[in-house]
Amino acid sequence: MPNSKLKQAFESKKFVVTAEAGPLKGTDITELELVAKLLKDKVDAVNVTDQQSSVMRLGSLAVSHLLVGWGIEPIYQVTCRDRNRIALQSDLLSAAVLGIQNVLSLTGDLPSSGDHPQAKPVYDLDSVSLLSVIQGLNEGKDMMGNPLVGKTDFFAGAVVNPGADTEAAYELQILKMEKKIAAGAKYFQTQAIYDPGLFEKFMKRAEQYKVPVLAGVIPLKSAGMAKFMNKNVAGVNVPQDMIDKISQAEDKTKTGLEMCSDLIKQLKPLCQGVHIMAIGWEKKVPQIIEAAGL
Amino acid sequence: MIVGERKTFEQIWDSIKDLKSVLVLGCGTCVAVCQAGGEKEVGLLAAELRMKSQLAGVTIKIGEATIERQCDREFFDAIKDKAKEYEAILSMACGAGVQYCAEVLEPMRSIPALDTRFIGVTEAQGNWAERCRACGNCVLADYGGICPMTICAKSLVNGPCGGSKNGKCEASQEKDCAWVLIYNRLKKQNRLVDLNKVLTVKDYSKQTHPGRYINEVYLKPRMEEKSAQ
Amino acid sequence: MENTFEPKVVAFCCHYCAYSAADLAGSMRLEYSPNVRIVRLMCTGKVDTLHLLKAFEDGADAVFVAGCEEGSCHFQEGNLFARQKVIEAKKLLKEVGIEPERLEMYHIAASNSVLFAKAADEMTERAHKLGPNPLKTQGKSI
Repeated sequence: MPNSKLKQAFESKKFVVTAEAGPLKGTDITELELVAKLLKDKVDAVNVTDQQSSVMRLGSLAVSHLLVGWGIEPIYQVTCRDRNRIALQSDLLSAAVLGIQNVLSLTGDLPSSGDHPQAKPVYDLDSVSLLSVIQGLNEGKDMMGNPLVGKTDFFAGAVVNPGADTEAAYELQILKMEKKIAAGAKYFQTQAIYDPGLFEKFMKRAEQYKVPVLAGVIPLKSAGMAKFMNKNVAGVNVPQDMIDKISQAEDKTKTGLEMCSDLIKQLKPLCQGVHIMAIGWEKKVPQIIEAAGL
Repeated sequence: MIVGERKTFEQIWDSIKDLKSVLVLGCGTCVAVCQAGGEKEVGLLAAELRMKSQLAGVTIKIGEATIERQCDREFFDAIKDKAKEYEAILSMACGAGVQYCAEVLEPMRSIPALDTRFIGVTEAQGNWAERCRACGNCVLADYGGICPMTICAKSLVNGPCGGSKNGKCEASQEKDCAWVLIYNRLKKQNRLVDLNKVLTVKDYSKQTHPGRYINEVYLKPRMEEKSAQ
Repeated sequence: MENTFEPKVVAFCCHYCAYSAADLAGSMRLEYSPNVRIVRLMCTGKVDTLHLLKAFEDGADAVFVAGCEEGSCHFQEGNLFARQKVIEAKKLLKEVGIEPERLEMYHIAASNSVLFAKAADEMTERAHKLGPNPLKTQGKSI
């Protein structure tokens, strides 16, 4: 099995670009295929979200496999919300035989935020213990130490939130980052960044770990979206001047995309890559990449 | 204590309205403390039921009694005879009490008047909060006396998720982020370094149901069996 | 039947304020509803939801609790507790199908005999409007 292309990209020290493809609710994959093929060769890998925001939809395992078939490097996102340790390990083995090489370990939002708020949250494992499970599978054993017939070769990633608001929250993010690295995280992607200054401060702290970090970016579509994120999304803080700029813009789409590529230019010297979460604007990702000069 | 919350009157009425007689049975321990199912609450519910049945034009004999605890067999002795005069027990105990009621007074029906909520503490008068999930594997020593299994909405034992905002939980701004509480407590104890302890994987094997705990010391003594000679 | 109905109104009165106000009303020869039966308490904080329910169960057509004005309770905040009990009892009455308007909380200073008389008249008037306690009428019809 060839090595993960994402891993190779990091090793080559190039500025890595990843994007995101959210599976839809239903079985029609026309749009998904269209988006995926637009992103092909423009990005190093594409994240496939796992029941994002706890909204039930097509699975990330199946979609990651489809991406492999379309010649696109998938990052299989796995959350701990919906499956216990037996199902998670089994799905990881399935992913390996389906040619998936990158896994991103996440805790997962609570079901209360999604469209099935009455669901039982699982959280048998968490993002840290899942990483150690992946490390074990790569070594040819399950989490109880039982040998596997044929092992996996996953390149495992994790997330970190550099925008934590209090000292406690910030220190805990660093602590958890350390734990994730110890458990086998080979790279990180972050929550959406809007303030390069804050991110630089975080990177100074994270540099010591020598683990590549992809800065997360979300293009702004409106002032309302920015305000919503500031209020509701932990660690996201869109500065007031950006909110003003987008609210005064005549062509909000154009301005939003420009602001995003400008931001990427500012983040580029600080980290090893960028993760673009377009949230509905997937087709515009190539435009952002081009404008950012990547 | 075990914290209970009275079901709505409508639910309770629906469950007893076709009966001829019912004994409202309070429990004098946990649910009395959390003012959901003690002697006073029995009086209130019985008064409501008597008035409602009269207004509904049905005759239901409503009795009242409260025993020390509904989770110990011997306390039922006090009401065993009285219970015989009724068709069913409307138990104001926690789920354990309701079941023991049905078991001890079998074949009498035992109907719950409360929803059992959690094991918790009284934070303020009339305000109870969960503190323990009875996971069978107490880890409080490592977390500054704050239970990540209970206080964290996701029961995370290796650090917070990304949803902690202003020290509050992603589930609700009303709830504290357990991990911020743990951090602040350990900092006060100069034990922040403990947070770096190796990663933990939760052991759910003790959470198989139904749980049982046996303390040999308190088992009824028996004559030792003599080996056959 | 309707014309002969004379409601029974029970007033739970605090010794330090509303009871004195009632007393003063008498001294001042203020006229107020003769339907009111006063239960004197050392503080309305002693009123329990159960007492309020029992009063109705035993046939009261209207009930009111009269405590001190806010901030003037002899026992700091007994009157505020009483108010919460009244709210709770109103909820329970509504659940069983008895008009919660039959129950009310008043805050009456010892010097305010006029307000006491007003409360007594108001609750009697309410009982007149609502008719007898449904427990009495329903009970008889079965």
